[in-house]
Amino acid sequence: MAEYAERRPAIQSWVRERIFLGLSIKEYLRGLIKPFNIVAAIIILIGLPFVVMRFTQGLGAVTHASQDQPWGLFLGWGLFTGVPLAATGYIMASAVYLFGLKDYHSLVRPAVLTGFIGYLFAVIFLLFDLGRPWRLPYPMTVSFGTTSVLFLVGWHVALYLSTQFVEFCPAVFEWIGSDRFRRWALGVTIGATIFGVILSTLHQSALGALFLLAPGKLHPLWYSEYIPVFFFISSIFAGLSMAIAESTVSRRALRGRTDRMDPVRAANFDRLTIGLGRAAALVLLTYFCLKWVGVAHGNHWDLLNTSWGHWFLAEVFGFVLAPCFLFAYGVRNRSARLIRFTAFFTILGVAVNRLTVSMIALNWKLPHREFFHFRELILVITIITVEILVYRWIVNRLPVHREHPDYGGAH
Amino acid sequence: MGIDRRKFLKAVAAAGGAGLVGKSKLARGVEHFTGYPDRLGVLTDLTRCVGCRTCEAACNEVNKLPPPKIPFDDQSVFEKTRRTSERAYTVVNRYPNPKPGGPPIYVKHQCRHCDEPACASACLVAAFTKTPEGAVSYNEGVCVGCRYCMTACPFYVPAYEYNDPFSPEIKKCTMCYDTRISKGGIPACVEACPMEAMTFGKRSDLIRVARKRILEHPDKYTDHIYGENEVGGTSWLYISGVPFEKLGFATDLGTKPYPELTRGFLSMVPGVLVIWPALLGGFYMFTQHRELMDEEEEEIIEEKEN
Ligand code: SF4
Ligand code: SF4
Repeated sequence: MAEYAERRPAIQSWVRERIFLGLSIKEYLRGLIKPFNIVAAIIILIGLPFVVMRFTQGLGAVTHASQDQPWGLFLGWGLFTGVPLAATGYIMASAVYLFGLKDYHSLVRPAVLTGFIGYLFAVIFLLFDLGRPWRLPYPMTVSFGTTSVLFLVGWHVALYLSTQFVEFCPAVFEWIGSDRFRRWALGVTIGATIFGVILSTLHQSALGALFLLAPGKLHPLWYSEYIPVFFFISSIFAGLSMAIAESTVSRRALRGRTDRMDPVRAANFDRLTIGLGRAAALVLLTYFCLKWVGVAHGNHWDLLNTSWGHWFLAEVFGFVLAPCFLFAYGVRNRSARLIRFTAFFTILGVAVNRLTVSMIALNWKLPHREFFHFRELILVITIITVEILVYRWIVNRLPVHREHPDYGGAH
Repeated sequence: MGIDRRKFLKAVAAAGGAGLVGKSKLARGVEHFTGYPDRLGVLTDLTRCVGCRTCEAACNEVNKLPPPKIPFDDQSVFEKTRRTSERAYTVVNRYPNPKPGGPPIYVKHQCRHCDEPACASACLVAAFTKTPEGAVSYNEGVCVGCRYCMTACPFYVPAYEYNDPFSPEIKKCTMCYDTRISKGGIPACVEACPMEAMTFGKRSDLIRVARKRILEHPDKYTDHIYGENEVGGTSWLYISGVPFEKLGFATDLGTKPYPELTRGFLSMVPGVLVIWPALLGGFYMFTQHRELMDEEEEEIIEEKEN
């Protein structure tokens, strides 16, 4: 007991420094009253009743999921869009650690964190969407559907979530202040990165491979034997765009907070943004060409002049080729601003593609499908809000956009 | 529910690469599977069906389903084309006869009990089993409710209980497997039909019966047994007087069993698992080495300058 009493002030100050940003609880709480937090709180308050509704009255109460439309926004956005956006973790980690693009080092930690949170929330979306969410571990423990692509996806998302946690561990241990564990965590980073890249290439494409089982149900302009490749390639520019978007938002949010974002790094973002934009333009161009290979392979030229065809053209020209040109133009004129804008635009394009494949163009032959329920949308917005809050909470505390003072330049 | 170790290891291997698993002899479709030889099935003769919906009523009763929104003797139900749902495992739809002046044609729709079911190959917890008797049965005890089976089924059959928060299940025709077949009985709908539009028996016999009918009455039937080869064959077969594409049947499904559609992808996985680490590891070494050389070069330059 006595020992504990001695240690108490130490623990208190630890908590105060690390959790409450060095403020007293009162100061901290007062500091929370800011427009951003108020808006977030309002959104969450609106969303909460629907959360309760989902888990007490079933999916039918909050979604338009039906016998005609098995998957709604929870999967369309949460899983099928969330996972490619979270690809930023493996893209940046492999660029720096495997391909030696050391210039981008400052973007790895934010990217790994974005990836980790992205996967974590993909799982949370899944918990909302599964009919029996408490059976989430069943494919790993109780019954194994080894012929299922979804089985592969399930395992990989679980493994990758853990891998990314390991990749992010150095930051956690720097924050906690455990030198020993930090060194241990750094030691496994390369292994974890390689493992993460393998898992990512597989499950990013596996998400597309899920639809291989739906020929005739997914519109032929989107159904293709190449769909796993489409999903994989698009995850690359999705990840690159997310890296740009993340640094843009963080820099704005942390403006003037040199204790949370290293000003040297912040000043360097424009240069890195241009580099990322160049890579994204190239990958988008590849993807654009591949999409046409897909159409040619299926010989679906005649379908282009239908209303589905128009949507396809809008997607391929408006959300693939246009951002490709914008990126290229931005690189040419060294306009980080244009590239930043295009990154957000590309992210939108990825969402459009994934929602089209998983919801709009799926079961296209069935008449009268409802897209989604407004309650579903509110829930999605609520979950995204929580996601942003969690991200911000971590960035404000852990060394993500800065070196930890004790470990400057060490990694 | 015990997890046996061998099964678990197999699953772990499969999660890495489905192709690494020993070849499964199950009908879930890892291997090309010619089917259980004595599997049963039903032959539906659409020229005999009069749209009385007695089968729907019998199904409703044996499966203890809620009463229908439109009573079983109400013909107004045919104004819309219906699909199977969690409240109706089988539905009869009406289609106009393409032959001028011919009577309308009624089509009974339900799970086809595929020989290599798409639903089973889709399910991540293997909730579906093709039984040796031919029925594709569903185990609600493991289902997580992801609804991938609904996306996969080429006949749009499985339905989900979206309004049940605590124990939602996939609902579809069971071929009366638990209730009747396993006790030596025949499916309730088959028994109830006053027109004998359906015949229950060994699938191989049914194909013979169907062929014979088509052969003996070439004017009455189109020369096609739907389900004989579609998606690799189904236990539920149809013969008809008018071409199937006029009756809402998908005729572009092909004869390839659905599990084969993802087999190529899944078998690529072990390759990636072997090649990627080597490749990426190689890149890493290469990068490290390059840095080392750069450093050495710098040192040499520095020395020279000194
Ligand atoms: S018809 Fe659909 S639900 Fe029935 S066995 Fe075939 S794939 Fe499964
Ligand atoms: S909903 Fe159930 S039965 Fe269907 S694929 Fe998912 S876990 Fe399997």
